[in-house]
Amino acid sequence: MKKDYSILIGGQAGQGSRRAGLIIAKLFNQLGYRIFIYDDYQSLIKGGHNFSKIRVSEKQVLSQRLKIDFLLALDKKTIEKHKNDLADNGIIIYNSDKIKEKQGIGVPIETTVRELGGISIMANTALISAFAKIIGVERKILEKVLKKEIKKGIDLNLKIARKTYNETKNLIKIDKVEKQILPLLSGNEAISLGMIKADLDLYIAYPMTPATGILHYLVSHQKYFNISACQFENEISVINTAIGGAFAGARTAVGTSGGGFALMVEALSLAAQSETPILIIESQRMSPASGVPTCTAQSDLLFTLTAGHGDFLRFVIAPGDAEQSFFWAGKALNLCWKYQTPSILLVDKEISESTFSFNKNLLENIKYEKPLLWHKEKEYKRYRITKNGISPLAFPGQKNIVSKANSYEHDEFGITVDDEKAVEKMQLKRLRKFQSMREEVEKLKAVEVYGNKTSEKAIVAWGSTIGPVKEIVEELNIKLIQPIIVEPFPEKQMKKALKGVKKLISVELNALGQMEKVLNCYGIKPNERILKYNGRPFLPEELREKISKIL
Amino acid sequence: MKKNNTGLNTYCENTWCPGCGNFGILQAFKQAIISLEKKGMPRENVVVVSGIGCNSKITDYLNLNSFTSLHGRPITSAQGIKLANINLKVIVFSGDGGSYNEGISHLIHAAKRNNDITVLVSDNRNFALTTGQFTATSPKGFKGVSSPEGNIETPFNPLEIILSSKATFIARGYSAKIEHLENLIIEGIKHKGFSFIEILQPCVSFFNNYQFYQERVYELKKHDFTSLKEAQEKIKEWDYIDETKKIPIGIFYKIKKPTYEEAVLNRLNLSKKEKQVNLKKALNDHL
Repeated sequence: MKKDYSILIGGQAGQGSRRAGLIIAKLFNQLGYRIFIYDDYQSLIKGGHNFSKIRVSEKQVLSQRLKIDFLLALDKKTIEKHKNDLADNGIIIYNSDKIKEKQGIGVPIETTVRELGGISIMANTALISAFAKIIGVERKILEKVLKKEIKKGIDLNLKIARKTYNETKNLIKIDKVEKQILPLLSGNEAISLGMIKADLDLYIAYPMTPATGILHYLVSHQKYFNISACQFENEISVINTAIGGAFAGARTAVGTSGGGFALMVEALSLAAQSETPILIIESQRMSPASGVPTCTAQSDLLFTLTAGHGDFLRFVIAPGDAEQSFFWAGKALNLCWKYQTPSILLVDKEISESTFSFNKNLLENIKYEKPLLWHKEKEYKRYRITKNGISPLAFPGQKNIVSKANSYEHDEFGITVDDEKAVEKMQLKRLRKFQSMREEVEKLKAVEVYGNKTSEKAIVAWGSTIGPVKEIVEELNIKLIQPIIVEPFPEKQMKKALKGVKKLISVELNALGQMEKVLNCYGIKPNERILKYNGRPFLPEELREKISKIL
Repeated sequence: MKKNNTGLNTYCENTWCPGCGNFGILQAFKQAIISLEKKGMPRENVVVVSGIGCNSKITDYLNLNSFTSLHGRPITSAQGIKLANINLKVIVFSGDGGSYNEGISHLIHAAKRNNDITVLVSDNRNFALTTGQFTATSPKGFKGVSSPEGNIETPFNPLEIILSSKATFIARGYSAKIEHLENLIIEGIKHKGFSFIEILQPCVSFFNNYQFYQERVYELKKHDFTSLKEAQEKIKEWDYIDETKKIPIGIFYKIKKPTYEEAVLNRLNLSKKEKQVNLKKALNDHL
């Protein structure tokens, strides 16, 4: 039997289902499974309905599945909402103190906690322990994970765990997988590590879901990583402060979602004009305006490509999972500095807040790449005219230099100009730089191809959507093409990837087909499109049905 | 200023109107830099930051490290520069339009954080570079191109706002009193923390209140700079409205408080670059 299970744990906000979901994932992690956790929650602090769906598999997985093998309910609503998605042999395990249910296994988790003198949040420990016993996880593994994950009141938690474990009957035996145990990272954590590997100095943000996790992670690891992570009064301050820091030599990044990015756009243009390196993480959520703030979408692609007044090029890079996000966050920071340009790492809620198994060996793929620095060869001019359009960098505080950056059009030294020759000269310098950026993209692996590479039928998908699509292309024996760098567009690599393709289906999480519009600009015309715009990611099952119909 | 032996001038043509108050501010600033240099401040550590407006052209006229930022945003650029390198002396040149209108949130929050930067606001009480519209400090009744019938808004007193925002150095200068202003700028740059100097600056083209200031401006006598109460009283002597009142210039308030940069950087150890070493250890938390 294929080792691939889905566990759903749900409850009200404040009941701790998300944390419990992570602990369950770590139990399976100890058994050698690969993990993907999808978190579904609402924009509220108490009440409502939150759930985590934990997919565990012997193979790497990047998507949830529709059917649930184990439904763990802290409250009644969880059963009501998800009962219909239970797989044929699925098991319901529920809080019998709150729920009267005929089907499944009731566990008196609240009573146990009360009897042992615990607090209500510890009911999660009881539910996890009951689940562990039911599926045959050894007690020592359960206790090892609990000890690692629970810092407060661990002795009491272990008491609760032991009592529940002893009093629950074992039903089945989940097999171990003979694989190396991998760290579990959210996309936001992977992005953070990528930036750290590329020598990030300063991260600045204003809280905005789903990017806030980056701020939390970096602030709490400042000492580990030897960086500064700060929160400022609004996104306008955030990006302008970051640009100031980069001008003075610090490798800086900011993170936000669509609405916050909208506020940053004026300064995006400043970064381009002043040629200041700045990495912007844009984690998309369901828009327009305040939209559905805790739900996902891929609807800021065209916005990030065109944001900012005036003519300028920026890198827009859209990785599809945690491992890609790690790599491209680091690479993007290096690219910012190599080309003295703003870059945007475009992810979404599904990447930022989902949890993935992460291959540690990938860490070596990113390191600090030294930018072009001034070596006292000639008098320092911030905007020295060069062949490839890139001017050597020096920073305030260095002896014998005056570094002048300017948001106005400027001469080589950085003094404001408006005469036609001087204006054109500097525009030409930047145009040469843009050409260098275009050439760089073709040297990188800007397009990934999966599945049957010789198939005449192909899906084009980007960002987090590759997760569910990857599973389906393998089943249907067709090709998946993923453009990762979208600006400058990797025309040559896309042409190569599309060679021999007769039927192309575009799949994305937005209402207007934004990637399709981009492809159209380069003469690529998908024959069909599958769009979804209800704030939820695609499920492999629904994609299989839709794609099969078209093929 | 014709003599250029200070090395502080650039080849950029000065385009301020003849008689503009900004000339006095530029002169006072250059003198302040030379004076501070004599006391040991390396010139390469000075960074001037400006935004958009007549006064912000000053970055082009100074042969110093500079960042010419967006309208209303130079304070944010400056705080980033300081965070990146705490050895730098970062001085912001802004106008009333930039700091009291477009970017007032940054002014308030930088003061609250006590970012270790110096902010000089040339307050000519109108948007001059866009030909004379009203700003937050334009008097009620000010007739400009966007208020031909007279400004219907009442101005605020920026010093009151900055005091309530917890700035640790607050002063007012006057562009026609160059030496006095020079000393304020020196004190402001020397101050550890957020130093704020409002500079009254007549605008010869759109709001020439030179005579008005000449008749009313007086220099504050020595007083207890650390007294909030005294600062409040003196700041409220003139409210930017009442024409019968005298206008005090000088230092109103000056206290010691840890700077934002100290608080941020003390948590770290940026002098030693050991960034990569703990990454694998960090990953172990995720197993």
